[in-house]
Formats: sequence, C-alpha cells, structure tokens
Amino acid sequence: MDAVRAFLRHPSGMVGLVVLLIVVVVAIIAPIVFPVSPWEMVSAPFTPPGEDGLLLGGDTLGRDVAAGVAYGARVSLVIGIASAMAAMVIGVTIGAISGYFGGKVDLVLMRMTELFQTIPAFVLAILLVATFNPSLLTIILTIGAVSWPPLARLTRAEFLRLRNREFVEAALCQGEGTLRIVLGHILPNAISPILVVTSLTVATAILLESALSFMGLGDPNLMSWGFMIGAGRTVIRNAWWMSVFPGLAILITVLAINLFGEGLSDVLNPRVSRRRS
Amino acid sequence: MNRREFTQAMLAAGAAIPFGITRAAGQTRGGTLNTIIQPEPPLLVTAFNQQQPTLTLGGKIYESLLKYGDDLKPMPGMAQSWEISPDGLTYTFKLFPNITFHDGKPMTSEDVVFSCMKVLTETHPRARQNFARVASAEAPDPLTVVFKLKQPFAPFLGCFDCTSAPILPKHIYEGTDFRKNPLNDKAIGTGPFKLKEWVRGSHVHLVRHEGYYLKDQPYLDEIIYRIIPDSASRALALENGTVQLAQWTDVEFFDVQRFKAQKNLEVTTKGYEYFAPHQWLEMNNRIAPMNDKRFRQAVMHLIDRDALAKRIYFGNAKVATGPISSKTKFYDGKVKRYDYSIDKAKALLDEMGLKPDANGKRAEIKYVVPPYGESYQRAGEFFRQSFARVGIDLVLVGTDMAGWAEKVGNWDYEMTQNLLYQLGDPALGVSRTYVSSNIKKGILFSNTEGYSNPEVDKLFDEAAVTLDEAKRQELYSKVQAILVEDVPVAWTLELEYPIIYDKAFKNVVSTGIGSHETFGSVYKS
Repeated sequence: MDAVRAFLRHPSGMVGLVVLLIVVVVAIIAPIVFPVSPWEMVSAPFTPPGEDGLLLGGDTLGRDVAAGVAYGARVSLVIGIASAMAAMVIGVTIGAISGYFGGKVDLVLMRMTELFQTIPAFVLAILLVATFNPSLLTIILTIGAVSWPPLARLTRAEFLRLRNREFVEAALCQGEGTLRIVLGHILPNAISPILVVTSLTVATAILLESALSFMGLGDPNLMSWGFMIGAGRTVIRNAWWMSVFPGLAILITVLAINLFGEGLSDVLNPRVSRRRS
Repeated sequence: MNRREFTQAMLAAGAAIPFGITRAAGQTRGGTLNTIIQPEPPLLVTAFNQQQPTLTLGGKIYESLLKYGDDLKPMPGMAQSWEISPDGLTYTFKLFPNITFHDGKPMTSEDVVFSCMKVLTETHPRARQNFARVASAEAPDPLTVVFKLKQPFAPFLGCFDCTSAPILPKHIYEGTDFRKNPLNDKAIGTGPFKLKEWVRGSHVHLVRHEGYYLKDQPYLDEIIYRIIPDSASRALALENGTVQLAQWTDVEFFDVQRFKAQKNLEVTTKGYEYFAPHQWLEMNNRIAPMNDKRFRQAVMHLIDRDALAKRIYFGNAKVATGPISSKTKFYDGKVKRYDYSIDKAKALLDEMGLKPDANGKRAEIKYVVPPYGESYQRAGEFFRQSFARVGIDLVLVGTDMAGWAEKVGNWDYEMTQNLLYQLGDPALGVSRTYVSSNIKKGILFSNTEGYSNPEVDKLFDEAAVTLDEAKRQELYSKVQAILVEDVPVAWTLELEYPIIYDKAFKNVVSTGIGSHETFGSVYKS
C-alpha cells in the first residue's frame, strides 16, 4: 500500500497514468462513439478536419480519421500489452533458468540471448512477420520474440543476486523443490524491476507495431495508428491531418507509458523512494 | 480529358503519322530531355526483360518493324512498307535502307529473321506465342523480310512494336548464350538513341545515334533517365523542372490533379492505347461460392466502380464494361450493364441460396492483396467495405511479390486483383484470360481464374484466324456478350496512366505506345 501511496504522490507518474487511462477509456468506448466501422467510407475523400461532421477529417478514401484513431487505440494497446507479456514470459523464463542454474546452462542461454541482441530488433521483426503472414497473433508473437533479451538479462542478474541469499538457502535446507523456490521465493523478490522494464516494453512494442504497420506489414484487417500514418504519408503535402493525428496518438500514448514506467521505477526502487521520503 | 486537350493530342499525333519524316514547322535539333525511370531496370535489353522500366528505356535503344497510332493502326517503323498475301499467310516487309546498329554495322533482313525466330522465341514469352505461328521466315534480299504463317492469324501485323519484337544484332548474338552475352551491358540496337553510360542507382545517359536512318532524327541530343525511388521526390523534381517528363506510375494518382494546374506542364492520358491497362477483381471460378455465375454477377452489382475510380484512382480511370477495353479494337459497349445496386446483389445471393446466418454473415472469402503499391492496398480495403454491405467478409491477406505470383499462378487463391495489358488486339491481350486452352498451372497472366466455356473458346479461336474486320467484330461482339453475362472476372476499371511533360517538348506522345516509343521525333522548341 505504501507503494501505491508513493505513486499517487509522484507527479509525472500520475500524469502518465491518467493519460494512459484516458487512452484505455477511448479504446473501450470506441464502438459506442463510432458505431460505424473505421474502414467505412463515410465522406468525400480528403475531407479536412471539422468538415462534414468529421472532427479529425477524412482520409484518402473518405474514412473517418477520428474513428481510426479511436479503434487504433484498441489495436495498439492489445498488441502492446500482449506482446510485452509474451516478451516477459520468454525473458523471465530464460533469465530465471540461466540465473538460477548458472554454469553451462547459463553460458548457452546467455550466448543465445546475445545472438538475439546483436540482430537489430526491427529487421528481425520484419523478417518474421513477412515469413509468417501478418495477423494479430503473428505480430504479437513476433514483437514478443524480438523484445525479450533485456528482460532475460535483467531477470538473470536479479536471480544471480538472490540465489545465494540466506532465505533461499533456508528454503533449500527445508527440502523445497526447485520450482517452488524459484516461483515462491526468488521471483517475488525480483519482480519490481521486471515490472518496470515490462511496462516500458509495452511502449516499445507499440512503436514496433506502428513501424510494422507503417511498412505495410501490419494485420491488413486491423485499423492501427502505424497503418494510418503509412497510408496518409504519401499525401502529407495535400492532407496533413491523415498522418498527424495518429502520429500524435502514438506520441501521447508512448510518452504516457514511459512516464508511468518511470514513476513505477521510482516508487518500486527502494533506494530512490527512501531518498524521496 | 476535355475536348481541347483531346484536339491538341490528336494534332500532336497527326503531326507524327506520315512516316515520322515529314518535318512540321519549327523542328529544331538539340536539347536534353531529363526524365525519370523507376524502379531501376535490371537490364536494358528489351528482348530479355519486359518489365515496364526496361521497356521505357529500351524502347529508345531497340526498334522494331512497325509502330502503332493511337487508333492502333500500323505505321512504318524500320519497315517502310508491307504487304499481306490475299490468303493472309504471307507477310512481306520492306525495310528502310541504311539502317545501322549502334556499333556501326548495317542492320539487314537477316537480323530481323534471326531476332524474331531465334532470339525472341527463346527469351520473350509474348513474342514466343506470336512467332510460334510462323512456318518460315526468310530474307530474300537485305531489305526484304518474308514471314509465312502456318495458318492465318489476324493480329500478326500487331506483333511488331518495339516492346514485342525488338531487333537485335545477329553478328553479336549468333551462336552465343543470349542472356549471358557480355555485350548485353552495351545494349546495341538500332534506335535513335544509344547508351552512353549507366551509373547504377543514379541515372542512365542516352545520346543520339549519329547513323540513324531517318533524316535529321533524332532531334534531341540526349535523354537522361534519372533513378528516383521516392514518389514525393519524383513529384518535386517534375514540379521544379529538374525532370521534364514523367510516365506510368512515376507520379502518384493523387498528384496528377496538382500538375494539371501547373502551366508549363501538359498532362495527357494518351499514349497508352496499345497497352490499355484493364483491371479486374479476379475470382477463382473453381471454388464455391465463386463457381456460381449468380455470385459473380452479384459482385459486379455490389462494387461501386464509379466511387472506386474516384476514391482510389482520383478520376484517372474509367469504368470497364467488359473484357475488352474501350480503347482497344473490337470493343462493344452494347452489353449487359451492371449498375451499383446492393439490392440486386442481395437478390442474386439469396437466389443462389447464399443466405445470411444469424449474424448477417453470408460467407468469408480470402482476398490476396497484390503487393504492387498503395493503390492496390486501398482497393482491397474498398472491396472489403463493399462486400461487407451484403454480409460477405473479405479477409485481406498480405503477401510479397513472389508470394502473389505463386498463389495466383498456382490457383491457390480465392480472390485477388489483377491488371493486364490489352496489347492492341483481343487475340493478343484479351483471349489469353478466358480461353480454356490457356488454363496453365504455374503461369501468371494466363486463364488463372479457370473459366471454361466451349462457346467462348470457339469464338475466340475463330476471331483470331478470321481476316475480315467486320466478321471479327461480329465474333468479338458475341464473345463479349457471353462473357459479360458469365462474369468470369469482375471487371472494374480501365486505368488511365498519365504522361506529364514540359510543353517545350513536342511530339512526346505521338503513338499508341506512348512513353515506350523511340522518341526520335521528339524535339524541343
């Protein structure tokens, strides 16, 4: 509860949280505010913002940009959170095994992690998505697959730190199983930094998805921000609103998540929070 | 195109028609034409590669026997005259004297026979089909070529444009592996322009061929094709005058309107008559529900093609009425018309028993989005919305170039979009999509949808070997009526690509081949 109270007093973290909540609300109420599909051509092409009842204008096909931004929030949040979760599951599993067992297992797993770290994440993501046709699931798995190495290294470091602590040795002496020690004793103590990094991974995942969609490698059946920018980019000289509004949406969301993540880090990191109080 | 533009274009075309050698007033020598080539072609030898950039550039370097006006009638190219025997089996071409290759060696009828019968039959898929009909080709004297056909083939005279029958030097290619010939890099042809240098990723520099056989031609000193990969940069280059000519997809459709307002530029959609790009929504006729004629007719009703032309192609397209483009010979517009009507589409779907389920959904169909740029992506989105209105879920599937070719060629698709050139005659560019003899697995741009109708086969076959134009029209009118009723594919639009050029340049668009033309008669005023 202390952590929650500390977070409530953290100004930038709270700003991030509030903005993020607004984005979540927009995503949830999108179908109520915009009952017509965001793909539906509701106006003349190139309708400027404010005209024809379109708050943010229409795109090259006359689709409502505002509806696109609202529905795009759903796609971005779902993909951001789901792929961060995927990255967390992969990263924590590998990091935990590596850090707990050490030795040859550690060596093999860490060399593999380094291999992934040396390949530029975006290039690998393009390759993976292009290989397995782009769909919601493949995009989530792909982003998860390229985002786990930092989480794995972090988890490993935490496990190395905690593995020889007295409470772990005590648990060992009591004859507790490996799984129980890892999940019941070490992981709960290592969870704070993992949560912070995971929350920041959500932001990078949203950026990655936008970049993929921008390149035309998103799920073609989902209206996403990156797709909207990609589609509007070519006409930016004639119609700025098609790419600017989804761009702002990405900027605001990613910024909010980063602020929230930093706030979380300040609150959960005992040394920093002690300094604060 | 308004009437004034049309008249201008007609006048421009008229100036070039009489053999291209009559000098209109004010034709001056000299000048440089800067233009665009994109994407960068893999090579310049049009006999070995027929992608659009290769043809645009190679058209200046390699010539053929004939040219075609915007009415698709043959005009002299390297052949100054031709004769057809009454039985339609023997074609005799008389060449212009003093034609030379870029290396200075003379071009004779031997080169023509060698190119058509030896090289093109091996390296050029379209030409292979045409020259397979030739029983023998002879060169009785250096300026005479005689083709004897196995049986009459009405459009044979339409097979000699610079993209279908480029002439190569026999002395360079004879006895070699054509595609691996080291002199391919030099691109030696007979055209008015020859290759000076090709800086990869930057530009291709063509200069005048001093030994060109037509008096005073070419008028220009040089043509520089600049490689500009980004569409916004291309538009900017045209706008500020860095380049003076843009063709095909150089300028995005939505930018065309902007250039119409620019005073020093001429925007025309003429010069594509030979190709007449014809676009359709392709449906695999082998798979339910596309195997039912009523479903395909419903598709024609549920696509608002006027809106498609307006929203995706910004008006640079015309609604297609059937398999033959209105710009091509033997077009017949008096066929069944499918107006945009959701009710009619629903009625047809109900009639065939494709009723909506509890959620209002009738069917789910996979649509492979052709990976050829933005307009295809947008068109896919447009179709998905159109189908949604009658309760059909169109699921867009993205893929790369190789994937699309593989899926469509091997019939492993449900719906996609396709675009084919009409090539000046239904026997060359249209029948290939509908006759059952052209259902060939693995081959793109064949009868991939799998439509088969013996009546249609018979009519197309007969029209190809009939020489009487009126009789051919009758046969093609019949076949158009049947196809429009059967809807093997849902024809959407006749695309009208623009050619945009600086008004200082004259004769830029002088034939139905447009920007692929030799440009020998282009001059700067």
